[in-house]
Amino acid sequence: MSAAPLLAIESLRVSLAGSCILDELSLSIAPGEILGLVGASGSGKSMTALAVMGLLPRHAQVAGSVRLQGESLGTMSERELEAVRGARIGIVFQEPKSALNPLMRIGDQVAEAVRLHRNLSKRAASRLAREALDGVGLRAPAGALDRYPHELSGGQRQRVAIAMATALSPALLIADEPTTALDATAQAEVLELLGALARGHGMGLVLISHDLAVVSAMTDRVAVMQRGRIVEEFPTRELGARAHHPYTRALLAAATLEAKHARHSAPTEVVLEVRSVVREYPRRRLSLLHRAAPLRAVDGVSLEVHAGETVGLVGESGSGKSTLLRAILALERPKSGEIRLLGRDFSTARTREQRRLRRSIQVVLQDPYGSFDPRWRVEQLIAEPLYALEKRPAAAQRRDDVAMALEQVGLSARDALRHPREFSGGERQRIAIARALILRPAVIAFDEAVSALDALVRAQILELLAALAQRLKLAYLFVSHDLRVVRSIADRVYVMRQGRIVEHGPTAQLFGAPQHEYTRALLAAMPRVQV
Amino acid sequence: MIRRSAALMIGASITVGFIALAALGLVWTPYDPSALAIADKLAPPSAHHWFGTDQLGRDVLSMIMGGASNTVGVALVSVLIGSGLGVPLGLIAAARRGAPDELIMRGNDLVFAFPALLLAILITAVLGPGAVNAIIAIGIFNVPVFARVTRSAALSLWTRDYTLAARAAGKGPLRISLEHVLPNLTSLLLVQATIQFSLGVIAEAGLSYVGLGAQPPTPSWGRMLYEAQSLTALAPTLAIFPGLTVVLLVLGLNLLGDGLRRPGES
Repeated sequence: MSAAPLLAIESLRVSLAGSCILDELSLSIAPGEILGLVGASGSGKSMTALAVMGLLPRHAQVAGSVRLQGESLGTMSERELEAVRGARIGIVFQEPKSALNPLMRIGDQVAEAVRLHRNLSKRAASRLAREALDGVGLRAPAGALDRYPHELSGGQRQRVAIAMATALSPALLIADEPTTALDATAQAEVLELLGALARGHGMGLVLISHDLAVVSAMTDRVAVMQRGRIVEEFPTRELGARAHHPYTRALLAAATLEAKHARHSAPTEVVLEVRSVVREYPRRRLSLLHRAAPLRAVDGVSLEVHAGETVGLVGESGSGKSTLLRAILALERPKSGEIRLLGRDFSTARTREQRRLRRSIQVVLQDPYGSFDPRWRVEQLIAEPLYALEKRPAAAQRRDDVAMALEQVGLSARDALRHPREFSGGERQRIAIARALILRPAVIAFDEAVSALDALVRAQILELLAALAQRLKLAYLFVSHDLRVVRSIADRVYVMRQGRIVEHGPTAQLFGAPQHEYTRALLAAMPRVQV
Repeated sequence: MIRRSAALMIGASITVGFIALAALGLVWTPYDPSALAIADKLAPPSAHHWFGTDQLGRDVLSMIMGGASNTVGVALVSVLIGSGLGVPLGLIAAARRGAPDELIMRGNDLVFAFPALLLAILITAVLGPGAVNAIIAIGIFNVPVFARVTRSAALSLWTRDYTLAARAAGKGPLRISLEHVLPNLTSLLLVQATIQFSLGVIAEAGLSYVGLGAQPPTPSWGRMLYEAQSLTALAPTLAIFPGLTVVLLVLGLNLLGDGLRRPGES
């Protein structure tokens, strides 16, 4: 406590175009300390990171002070700041896809980060790059210096980004939502890596996240941010005891997500039946005469959804769950196997019959920002599925249907005339849900529908979905890689890996007594709030 | 929504100015562009003849105005032909991958394989010189350009989630192409159209230059340039005025294309 702080932010005030983003923010980090900065999106956590790095937009108005090891960063020239960035403060961002230059080999990218600050020969920089990559667990051949980013998985790319940020052993490392775009197992590994690096190098680490569970795993202290100011701050191990502010408690609840109470109701009829579905993708030819064996994305999967129940489908990226979902929605034809909707053949039905069946199954997709035509208004978007009806309603009826759907999802009928870009991510997902509800389908399929939302919004949407399922007697097929989400909403769960279902059963049973080792591994990687 | 930028304003003014000039030239020119007045030949710019006269006494300004409607007409119709055929082909190729896509793209490659101006000359030489045939020749070359641009932009739109949602609603590829894909391509296609228009102007001038565009007495910028070749020592303005006119129109169109592109860059 007597040591000078590594980073000292005092009364930082940042305004952009008149609105206050950071409001008298004060924060300090001791050398070697790991601080978790938690808050919903829009709370200003990323802005804080940018303010420390001096990377705020040009027209931002800044007041207050930021000191790194006693030196004021606010008064430094751009040149001096460039010397600080990368060498004394490293930063890792959220999106591993866009963090790396797709045209540069990973060895060159790490070496470039090094050579910006040290006068080293190419060979020496390469050696340092090799060491840095080894240090993040990317050993050859997976982490060979001559690999390109597209040859690596998301988790591996994030490791390269971490290698670039830590190659020069900076005093402070800032990680801005580094694992939000990753699967559970990759997330657990990257967090462990960050913790190990911080402790090993004696680096200060600021871990920014919207998820308290992620933060509570390996931080020393937690600071909770809301609307540009810190509302609460305490050592992580006292999280359970000292979380008093209602906002903190909401974050805590959203990070834990209460498990669904097991319902004991009479078994209902099967609305969706998937039997031994196989879906293959052809692979590149090995030579003119030699064709490579096709990739079996879905390898004999069978599952069932009963009326009114929520079935969870858990799998990581590459498990084939999205491919399976597209086959279930009859957007792609499976190589073999059957998909029956309400007892009738769906995937192999003829166009007219298929269109008629489509009104019984609808979908909510992952990306709230890409799932709408940017030129259409909300009313048109929600009304689009009405196309599947034989007798399409007249304009007045259509407007009423849209208004009802909007109200069911917690928006107002007046929102029908607005554009999707005027809404936040969570509101857009509500619009997507309204679009899925308008035909009153028997089943709604969700493809990672809450994965792109921050913890608080996610909890709200899950609550909405549970209420809708009960009120409208809907069946859900909920695909997700996040076990907490699945546990909170599903009655039964299927676990998918490399195109096959490895285990399935009622939620409580699967979580309480997992049989398959993969299920156990997933459960172990599930982020938990350590109280 | 088009924000005001310098490029857009200047480009739009120039383009609109030329269209107005072309329209005016259809009904009125200071002098009859084909009226000979040998006595006044090779006059420098003056109050009577703002741009001077050529070797047969024809008023240069009138010829430029008359030629404008010819040139603008040829370039415009050839762009309409190119986009009218090319855009649907591109949409079809993107919507139905596989055989139709391959067929259309190989057809494109076939047309691209020929040097454009040479093929235009070939076509007009076979069909006979004149404005209509010039339109056909230039138009043919616009088709693969529009097809290719439309196809690659449409392909990226087909990966978006909203086309998936539309398919889940039971819509077929034709309907999705018309309702979702094409409307989101309009700003891109508009920019491409302005580029092709300016290339069409140059192509028409080139064809007239070799005598395959509009025939006398219809005035033509390209022919003016051709005839001015042998007189550059005597009267350099005879080449400068039509030349600058072509440059100015092409500049205006390119600025317009630039100005249209920036706000809608997606």
